[in-house]
Amino acid sequence: MVIQTPQPALEIHNLTVSYRDKPAIWNIDFTIPEGVLGGIIGPNGAGKSTVLKAAMGLVPVSSGHVRIFGNPLSEVRQRVSYVPQRESVDWDFPASAIDVVLMGRYGKRSLWSRLQRSDHDIAMDCLRKVQLQDFAHRQIAQLSGGQQQRVFIARALAQEADIYLMDEPFAGIDAATENAILELLSNMRNEGKTILVVHHDLQSAYEYFDWIVMLNTRLVASGPKDTVFNAQLLGEAYGAKLTMLSRMANLLKQREFPVQE
Amino acid sequence: MCALSYWVWCCWARRREQWVVLRSCANGLCLGDAVAHAVLPGICVAFMLSGTKNIAVLMAGAVVSGWLSLWAIDLITRRSRIKADTATGLVLSVFFGIGILLLTVIQRSGNASQSGLDKFLLGKAAAMTGSDVQLLAVVCALLLGTIAVFLRGFWLISFDPNFARAIGMPTRSLELLLATITVVAVAVGIQAVGVVLMAALLLTPAAAARYLTDRLVLMLFLAMSIGALSGVGGAYISYIAPAMPTGPWVVVVLSSIAALCVFFAPRKGLAARWWQHRRNRRQMLEENVLKVFYQLGESKSDFFAPRPIDALQQRRALSHKQLQQGLKRLAAKDYVRQQPEGWVLTDTGKQNAQRLVRVHRLWEVYLSRYHHLAPDHVHDNADAVEHLISPDLEQQLEAMLDYPQADPHNNPIPYKKPKTGRCIAISLSEL
Repeated sequence: MVIQTPQPALEIHNLTVSYRDKPAIWNIDFTIPEGVLGGIIGPNGAGKSTVLKAAMGLVPVSSGHVRIFGNPLSEVRQRVSYVPQRESVDWDFPASAIDVVLMGRYGKRSLWSRLQRSDHDIAMDCLRKVQLQDFAHRQIAQLSGGQQQRVFIARALAQEADIYLMDEPFAGIDAATENAILELLSNMRNEGKTILVVHHDLQSAYEYFDWIVMLNTRLVASGPKDTVFNAQLLGEAYGAKLTMLSRMANLLKQREFPVQE
Repeated sequence: MCALSYWVWCCWARRREQWVVLRSCANGLCLGDAVAHAVLPGICVAFMLSGTKNIAVLMAGAVVSGWLSLWAIDLITRRSRIKADTATGLVLSVFFGIGILLLTVIQRSGNASQSGLDKFLLGKAAAMTGSDVQLLAVVCALLLGTIAVFLRGFWLISFDPNFARAIGMPTRSLELLLATITVVAVAVGIQAVGVVLMAALLLTPAAAARYLTDRLVLMLFLAMSIGALSGVGGAYISYIAPAMPTGPWVVVVLSSIAALCVFFAPRKGLAARWWQHRRNRRQMLEENVLKVFYQLGESKSDFFAPRPIDALQQRRALSHKQLQQGLKRLAAKDYVRQQPEGWVLTDTGKQNAQRLVRVHRLWEVYLSRYHHLAPDHVHDNADAVEHLISPDLEQQLEAMLDYPQADPHNNPIPYKKPKTGRCIAISLSEL
């Protein structure tokens, strides 16, 4: 079941991505309306992160395209914010929390121009929103996992975007931090921002999100949570993999066959 | 002259290394090493084609082959199943092998001007001329300028390349620029230290500086200074001892500085950590001894009676030597006094001992209430934690637990204002 929206914030059109010739997602096609807090759910290896990476142009796309507010990414980059997985960076890097949040302002300035006073104020403000103002000058290596995740979210806030794509922001953090982050995201949604979150926990998904995308290398469902969150679709997403599909994927890899001609 | 040249090129070389270190230590080491070795064939080919030892020409050759090596590593990693470190080793040995081969061919060719080309293996700063140094200075200034301008970009692509690409930074160009800077830095330094030891110069200053600071810009400057210092030092030694090649001496000086940093850096250095451990051990011993006085006082309902050594030892298994040490230090703080019949707790001593017992028991309550640990499982943990609980944490604990009156073993918790009598009554009635 796939519910499409007329004026989507994010449109994923017939997207196929493969890693080393093995398809990670096949012909994914869904839309996310503006002003929702959406979740992408699915089992491990379903291609959840890959969808976000493809949307941000971080992985080569075999076919299909992505439109954000009706435009290709390059034309609306200022309105898009991406939060990578926390484990994707080396937290031993010599930097403080505020340094990382300031990165959110880099996109607003040219490569060599200096950051302004106002950039620093905004960064500090964003740290305050995630309640880390007292840790601004703390080394990032000394922060806890939950604090590091909040630093990443503060960096995204500093981008002042309209759509936020977040890869596993709830992974490996304690319940209190999870609630704090969820509240923050809900507030952003109430301000009209669009947020799409890759989420690993099926239990909380229904409670957290208003729009749910279910993936299992192919698209299982996408729509308002009450329409798609049912036993049959969940079974399809989490149940046995479509054996034919995964056998075909392996075959393509073995023969080094291009996914699309 | 050579000292000056060192100082100049040191400035640049140090620059690049930190990025290498930051991006991936193990692989970075190989990468710097590979580039350094890979410039040799370029130098040889440049000499064979031009027939001169003009530094500018040789450097151009070095840059070209260094660049080729990076490109080859990148290509192998992306297009095959070979991992980055293997690819780096592969490229290093192939390029260096070709370089040595060419060097042998040149030496056999009988070309009179070739003498001294082998200096590129280990470096000889004294062989540099005034114009060489000028050229070095210009190149270094350019490298430093480039780094200063693109600092933010380099920083971001090293820390979080995905984010850099997501905000539309030209990451590919920045990586290319960074690679070029590395190659040029290596090429410039090669005459001074030689290809074999170049990697040490690329990496060691940054690694040493990382011990001294957590701030990137400061780290860059420190790495630069360390590099410059060892450059000057090494050049000076090779100048006063003429038979010495410069490169090895620079590396020796550099390694000594790095070793000093590793041992004596504030906070992260081995010495600082050893000192911290020693302080911890001493604090633990003192506090454990002090606690014994309180426990004895509690059981005998008399806190200020003199305690002979064996009474103390019966209560807690401490060696005689440890006990004496602890008592001596407690006496210096005026927590205990020695009297003919034994050791006596002072007023301040008692207050401190009481505080230790209080936080110990509060922690036990916390563990059993919030972590549902059985009463016989909480003591060991509390024994360790009691030394770390600050007055601030103590207050939080008290408020959170709402001033419990007894610990899980039903020992009263001694608060500052004595209400212990009531406590015992209540806890007994609860039994």
